[in-house]
Amino acid sequence: MEKDNDYVLKVSNLGITLQNQTILENISFKLKRGTALAVLGPNGAGKTMLFKALLNLVPHTGKIEWAGKVKIGYVPQNVTANDIPISVKEFLSFKDHADIEASLKPVKLEDKHITNKSLGMLSGGQLRRVFIAWALADNPDVLLFDEPTTGVDLDSEEPIYATLDDLKKKKKITILLITHDIHIVREYSDYFLAINKCITFFGESKEIMNPEVQGLIYGETVCVGPPDV
Amino acid sequence: MILEKMALVGDALSHVALPGLALGITYHFDPFLGAFAFLFVATVVVWHLGRVTRLSFETIVGAMFTFALAIGILMIKETDLLEALFGDITKVTMIDALAAVIISAVAILLTKVIYKKLVLGMISEELAISKGINIARINLLYLLLVSLVVAVGIKIVGTLLVGFLVIVPAAAAKNLSDNLFRYATVSALFGTVSAVAGILAASYFNLSTGAGPLVVISGITVFIVTVLIKWKTK
Repeated sequence: MEKDNDYVLKVSNLGITLQNQTILENISFKLKRGTALAVLGPNGAGKTMLFKALLNLVPHTGKIEWAGKVKIGYVPQNVTANDIPISVKEFLSFKDHADIEASLKPVKLEDKHITNKSLGMLSGGQLRRVFIAWALADNPDVLLFDEPTTGVDLDSEEPIYATLDDLKKKKKITILLITHDIHIVREYSDYFLAINKCITFFGESKEIMNPEVQGLIYGETVCVGPPDV
Repeated sequence: MILEKMALVGDALSHVALPGLALGITYHFDPFLGAFAFLFVATVVVWHLGRVTRLSFETIVGAMFTFALAIGILMIKETDLLEALFGDITKVTMIDALAAVIISAVAILLTKVIYKKLVLGMISEELAISKGINIARINLLYLLLVSLVVAVGIKIVGTLLVGFLVIVPAAAAKNLSDNLFRYATVSALFGTVSAVAGILAASYFNLSTGAGPLVVISGITVFIVTVLIKWKTK
């Protein structure tokens, strides 16, 4: 039987309205500890706003309940580092008491050559991994990733997701990630939540390959009730 | 200012000090106090308008500075205008110099306190807010620090050229820096070298209102050298 503390997050009837426009409505779901939940939907569906609500960055209605004392690491979609002369080491030292080497090990960037490099000189994949290291520096229980491979070439995508999968398995970190990639949903998540202002589908990740399910996600929007997890 | 992509804000902000300077000169109180008072008020207005209208700081300061410059020029007597626009190092007293040192030390200390939050906000505002950083408050404090630094420099180089001190040494340092520590120290070094070289040159050529322009010329020379170094090492 499932217990309440199996869940690290419970969202009930979440709604977001900005400038009289409904961004999200009636979003309800639960996130099991140690699992990976992918969030997907068409552009403008409200995926990033969902994350912002979970982090209390935007006003919202409904309830968001994180398990007590849960630590959240966040990797945003948009980061600007090209014009700022800041090294990897300096950036990670912005986190109080950060063990820089320990943060970089899981993302395989411990090389001194990398740590002294400016963020602007890193490849897209390396930069993303530095931000994952940043998120890991606090030993979080949950990681929120907003499109972790934006601006990253195809060859560099798999190592990033493999790193996330590794973190989930070895460190038992719960992962929430926004992605457009069906392959990534199938390979690297346990469940997926499809939204388009409301929930259009919730299921186990293997179901993403079903064309009918894909039609529900990307076709005409049909809102469904809270998933039974 | 360079990293925030607000270089011209630093320049334009200095022009806003002119009416304050004019009041100081006209009513015989320390022009620095008048300049700082106007800069302080302008900073708060710019910050608030930026939050309310979502216009960039550059746009708002751009609208304000020409207005302030026009008012200031009308208020200042012609005999004092040159000094207000270009500074006069011979009018800098020991007390002014001491005040400048103390104010600069305070500005450096406060910058040290907020720089991590400031830089994190530049890299990602969402990340900064998610860490509990109040971006609006940090931006206000930052603008006030810029106003303080601008007010200190006005007496020596004047309102027209003090923008240089905010922009060019940092731009030159950026050409040679790949980390924040080097960027900060080299900016300070280049600012010092430009100031000392310009003042010494003005003394040598006996130009009391020439210190400002000569500081700028020294600094631009340093900047050109760093551009050439960066170009050669690419």
